[in-house]
Amino acid sequence: MKQPIVSLKEVSFQYDEQDRMALKSVSFDIYEGEWLAIVGHNGSGKSTMAKLLNGLQFPQQGEIVVSGTKLNEETIWEIRRKIGMVFQNPDNQFVGTTVQDDVAFGLENMGIPREEMVERVKDALKKVKMEAFLDQEPHHLSGGQKQRVAIAGVLALRPAIIILDEATSMLDPRGREEVLETVRALQDEKLLTVISITHDLEEAAKADRMIVMNKGEVYRQGIPAEIFSMEEELIQLGLDIPFSVKMGQALRLQGVNLPNRYLSEEELVTEIWTSHSKR
Amino acid sequence: MDISLEKVEYRYQAGTPFERLAISDVSINIPSGTYLALIGHTGSGKSTVLQHLNALLQPTEGMVKIGEYEIKAHQKNKNLKPVRKRVGIVFQFPEHQLFEETVEKDIMFGPMNFGVSESEARERARIALNQVGLGKEILEKSPFDLSGGQMRRVAIAGVLAMDPDVIVLDEPTAGLDPRGRKEIMDMFYSLHKQRQLSTILVTHSMEDAARYADQIVIMQQGRVAKQGTPEEIFSSPEELMQMGLDVPEVVRFQLSLEKKIGRKLGKICLSIDELAAVVADMVSGGVRP
Repeated sequence: MKQPIVSLKEVSFQYDEQDRMALKSVSFDIYEGEWLAIVGHNGSGKSTMAKLLNGLQFPQQGEIVVSGTKLNEETIWEIRRKIGMVFQNPDNQFVGTTVQDDVAFGLENMGIPREEMVERVKDALKKVKMEAFLDQEPHHLSGGQKQRVAIAGVLALRPAIIILDEATSMLDPRGREEVLETVRALQDEKLLTVISITHDLEEAAKADRMIVMNKGEVYRQGIPAEIFSMEEELIQLGLDIPFSVKMGQALRLQGVNLPNRYLSEEELVTEIWTSHSKR
Repeated sequence: MDISLEKVEYRYQAGTPFERLAISDVSINIPSGTYLALIGHTGSGKSTVLQHLNALLQPTEGMVKIGEYEIKAHQKNKNLKPVRKRVGIVFQFPEHQLFEETVEKDIMFGPMNFGVSESEARERARIALNQVGLGKEILEKSPFDLSGGQMRRVAIAGVLAMDPDVIVLDEPTAGLDPRGRKEIMDMFYSLHKQRQLSTILVTHSMEDAARYADQIVIMQQGRVAKQGTPEEIFSSPEELMQMGLDVPEVVRFQLSLEKKIGRKLGKICLSIDELAAVVADMVSGGVRP
């Protein structure tokens, strides 16, 4: 059995100016090396969770444990070294004047010696396939490229966990695909635990496991196939249903025989092809 | 109000060493009441086209006709205010442009700026707020105390309160969750019908283009690469994919199914129900149970 790298135990949080709890007694584990997608409508508490995981806010009740260390004001700096974050807006997180300066920024803050820094910057940019852009200025980059540089900036710090807080939601379809491919490649090498906070279900479908948030609580957790079999329930939660589920529903209505479980697009094509060729 | 672009070219910083050709030979015809989707990659020139639609930019060649106004290259264009009043633009992340103390004042700002009286502007604010699906109890609130989705609606109400004939939407759903996206897109569609607006939607979403638009224009490298009805545009999906553009999910699914079974299904379907019916026919061999 895999080890939890992050555990949330009965975590509650409320913002000062609001009368409603942003998170209500939330408990779950995140396992080492997995890609976990946290989904939910705007205001479901998913971004608050990201802030708590990185110690930008502290829970008023409950506790968060990262690699065996309880997160609090004393341990926050140690824990932040283990968790990197990529935010939504590509333009708000580019601090350097060139790509390599931007990636080096975090390393400089940590006082890494220059030679090692140069090495790490190159290595990180290679992992996100941006090594050809070392001296480019940010305004020459597309949104997807900027987000990849942001990911490189995180990788250079060698964290154990990366949190993508709606990191693809402002990108065009091509940029989104670039970023997801990068994450997938990192994931394949088992370099990182990935927590992606998103309302894009096609993105969540690629994760190992999903957590659905609703009104500050964990509504459901499971592998994507289990979550997507919720169908209409997802719409009531302000989410959408993946295309293959909608297509499957329409086909069943038309009298096409399909197995009664979640089918990915590929599986659905295969099912149709099989029943077509049986005839 | 009809809008047309005739062989429009635009160069940024023309006559300087930084001159850059953004769009060229762009001809688009938008008859009154059309819902047009403008699609293209970042950098394809669609934002430059958008800024010609209410004369924020003057073409460096060619002509833009907005109703009875003609905005031509190489000549001074005076008195553009009435044009801008009739073409409302909802920019990306319009909530970033909110600035007044109260929601009501913010919505009233646009119409009053165009010379509408205070009492009339107040009335319009109420109507516009209702049209974007918000209650009048928030009129006295600060726009900055609202949720992101509400802020966006208030900003949109500010544009509607100017009572435009044409509404231009630049990625109006960016950053919203699926429910918020659908609500906003359905709202624009019903406004389009009710107020008999011309609507121009700048988008990356092929789903929205296929669902709402009567006409689609695809921009690539500063030129119009393709234009037509959704049926025409998506009838050759391979071509779009070669251009690095998406096709609607349902079209993509049809293509992968066709590849698997090794033959075409006939026409390209633009809705799930349509495709489901075709597939059901195929599976049952034309004999439906």
